[in-house]
Amino acid sequence: MHIEVLTQAFDPWQRLQDYQTQRVAAGSYGATAIFVGTMRDFNVSDNVQSMTLEHYPGMTEKYLETISRTAAERWAVLDSLILHRVGDLAPNDPIVLVAVWSAHRKDAFEASRWLMEELKSKAPFWKKEKLADGERWVEKNTEGY
Amino acid sequence: MTVQVRLFASLSERLGRSDLQLPVTAGTTVGDIWQQVLGDMPAPANVLAAVNLDYVDFSAPVKDGDEVAFFPPVTGG
Repeated sequence: MHIEVLTQAFDPWQRLQDYQTQRVAAGSYGATAIFVGTMRDFNVSDNVQSMTLEHYPGMTEKYLETISRTAAERWAVLDSLILHRVGDLAPNDPIVLVAVWSAHRKDAFEASRWLMEELKSKAPFWKKEKLADGERWVEKNTEGY
Repeated sequence: MTVQVRLFASLSERLGRSDLQLPVTAGTTVGDIWQQVLGDMPAPANVLAAVNLDYVDFSAPVKDGDEVAFFPPVTGG
């Protein structure tokens, strides 16, 4: 189980492969569910040029660790990985990676979905978008279900 | 006793600062602190609060040395 808040651009696929190779026992898992969130160049019908992600250092990490532990209690999770960017992002930059390894797909799908929705609704991150005519805070996330 | 108050995102911008030390008396709640720090600003219904990095209600009491944070709805992911 690993969580990390990243200040620099990252490659979710490389990080996923590295983590799986180094940390998840080969042969133990039969299912890996992966979610990657990527920055769009539009929001609420406006073009978005760039974005800054602020977070609450300390609380963010604590919250992500808590939901990772909770997911492992509620589902048969063998391992999980959560990576999330902060700082300045450009369209097409990866924002978040959530990956869950389990023996069977039910636990991997359900735990990863739950982790992602908990992260979106409660992890203390805030997005500020830069548009052609100024900046604005994103007021709320879209509904996930 | 004293608490450290932290503000994030749009709330920090509205107050023009992101943290301050605030002297408080025994029995003070998170809601009382909001009143003292942002009293001229009605608490939006969707403002979130945390004490020592955990979510709390505005009715939660605080104690000396606590870190009390206020922030708008989160928009990560």
